Amino acid sequence: MKILVTCKRVLDPYVKARVKADGTGVNLDNVKMAMNPFDEIAVEEAIRLRETGKAEEIIAVSIGAAKCEETLRTALAMGADRAVHVVTDDDIEPLGVAKVLKHLVDAEQPGLVIMGKQAIDGDSNQAGQMLSALLGWAQGTNVSKVELNGETANITREIDGGLERLTLKMPCVLTSDLRLNEPRYASLPNIMKAKKKPLDKKPLEELGVDTAPRQTLVSVSEPPPRAAGVKVASVAELVDKLKNEAQVI
Amino acid sequence: MSILIIAEHDNAEIKGATLNTLTAANKMGDAVDVLVAGAGCGAAAEAAAALPGVRSVKVADSAEYANQLAENVAPLIVQMAGDYSHIVAPATTNGKNLMPRVAAMLDVMAISDISDVVDADTFERPIYAGNVLSVIKSNDATKVVTVRTTKFEAAATTGGSATIDAISGAGDTGLATFEGQDLTQSDRPELTSAKIIVSGGRGMQNGDNFKMLDEIAGKLNAAVGASRAAVDAGFVPNDYQVGQTGKVVAPDLYIAVGISGAIQHLAGMKDSKTIVAINNDEEAPIFQVADYGLVMDLFEAVPQLSAELDKL
Ligand SMILES: Cc1cc2nc3c(=O)[nH]c(=O)nc-3n(C[C@H](O)[C@H](O)[C@H](O)COP(=O)(O)OP(=O)(O)OC[C@H]3O[C@@H](n4cnc5c(N)ncnc54)[C@H](O)[C@@H]3O)c2cc1C
Ligand SMILES: Nc1ncnc2c1ncn2[C@@H]1O[C@H](COP(=O)(O)O)[C@@H](O)[C@H]1O
Repeated sequence: MKILVTCKRVLDPYVKARVKADGTGVNLDNVKMAMNPFDEIAVEEAIRLRETGKAEEIIAVSIGAAKCEETLRTALAMGADRAVHVVTDDDIEPLGVAKVLKHLVDAEQPGLVIMGKQAIDGDSNQAGQMLSALLGWAQGTNVSKVELNGETANITREIDGGLERLTLKMPCVLTSDLRLNEPRYASLPNIMKAKKKPLDKKPLEELGVDTAPRQTLVSVSEPPPRAAGVKVASVAELVDKLKNEAQVI
Repeated sequence: MSILIIAEHDNAEIKGATLNTLTAANKMGDAVDVLVAGAGCGAAAEAAAALPGVRSVKVADSAEYANQLAENVAPLIVQMAGDYSHIVAPATTNGKNLMPRVAAMLDVMAISDISDVVDADTFERPIYAGNVLSVIKSNDATKVVTVRTTKFEAAATTGGSATIDAISGAGDTGLATFEGQDLTQSDRPELTSAKIIVSGGRGMQNGDNFKMLDEIAGKLNAAVGASRAAVDAGFVPNDYQVGQTGKVVAPDLYIAVGISGAIQHLAGMKDSKTIVAINNDEEAPIFQVADYGLVMDLFEAVPQLSAELDKL
């Protein structure tokens, strides 16, 4: 079985996003970028499934500008077998991403797609559900545990009240939550090896997929910062302030 | 403009998140219907019909909706979509699971986690862990929207008298089977609707020490939350996580104990009215958003706080 995993290049999660001075978007020039953390978890899960004999080949996919190649090299260094880079300078909305992925799934025929639950830049949490809808497959979102049994996948997902267990028909789309696994670091020898692994570049225009945006960005802004607070010297002072000043207890 | 709200319910009751969603929907247009898809969900449908301003409750009461699997509910909504300009659900794990599936089937983009309605086509939504607010205009014929519940007041639960119309189901796709749920048992209020939240982080050191927070929460009628680090370490269950990729909360009072204040945690709580931070590192970033900061060892501060609360 082949597994397709998706890797979005995003602003590093520990860097604070800043709006560009002209207000047209978020500043991504000369800032640290990284693989979307949920996608690292997705790659890790795919590798573990291959290591336990549940899969033979892992294909990593990224859609975006030239620098996505770095992100894909990271996935290859972690252990993916080959990569597909769909090259575009445009920001593709989750629906467009799902359509591009559908196109690749039709071509590659994987038995499983693993994605992140959410890209931490747009915070949409959509592409996985959309892809499974377009394919007419089952979806396991926010998964924290995956067990493959041939025709089915037994998954545990994180929900608002706790955990939910489902059996999904294969093939299916899964999206990772934080507790699924702890992604490995790529070792230096593997980083070197990854440079030689196949990485196929496909210009987006050549796929014939409609990724035209459905939304127009009207504005971006930074929310006003909270007014500075005060330090209190003791618990008694804290309780007094909460009762008499903030009046919240 | 006709709007369909997808009710969050457990067959017996309508969940609070639906009430905030109703307020958001009222800003998009004025003909609001509610879909209750479930099994044995008559009581939930009755409750939905009592919501003020609802025109009609559509009830799909059928076995395939018992656990509200997205694979089964999405085709039902798609069948109904032609009658509506907006399809709206709360941005709960249910809503987030379901609505993008609906959107893709309708060939429209979904609009996730809106924090404001500018007009019927235009919405504000936080991106980048809430460090950026974006305003977007949707050019799709049908708007498929999820609502950040903390940004909209809860509607009243009585005063309405909607009609209740039974609709037939769309069948079981057979793609997914529900096996069970392990729900966290608690007599505390729900995290997303509690007026006061006491949250613990890695500084709590272990799950046992969370009992100290439970004790305080009991005295304040508060919910208990946590940082990702505390959940990952197994101190508390996953549904305690507050943050960018956990729950978003905005109580009157949020008390962060042994939490450093990472971007991802702040994303989930910085709209709280009053924030208290208890941390022994005076440089901890949580102090930048705290109205009241107490630089102190939590193992000293928390028992003292418990004692002080007894004096009130
Ligand atoms: C993709 C992604 C998503 C994430 N999503 C979330 C999310 O939704 N929610 C979330 O919370 N995090 C999230 N995180 C993690 C986040 O980046 C931080 O790692 C996490 O919030 C840290 O938790 P913490 O503050 O409990 O731990 P730490 O950062 O380790 O802080 C512990 C704090 O406790 C204090 N402390 C220790 N001992 C004591 C004591 N005895 N008395 C008083 N204070 C003490 C320390 O001074 C320190 O400030 C996410 C990260 C990523 C990459
Ligand atoms: N441009 C992209 N390239 C590759 N994968 C993507 C891209 N955009 C989104 N994804 C995948 O879809 C998941 C959910 O993204 P989103 O719906 O944008 O929050 C991410 O975690 C990725 O796995």
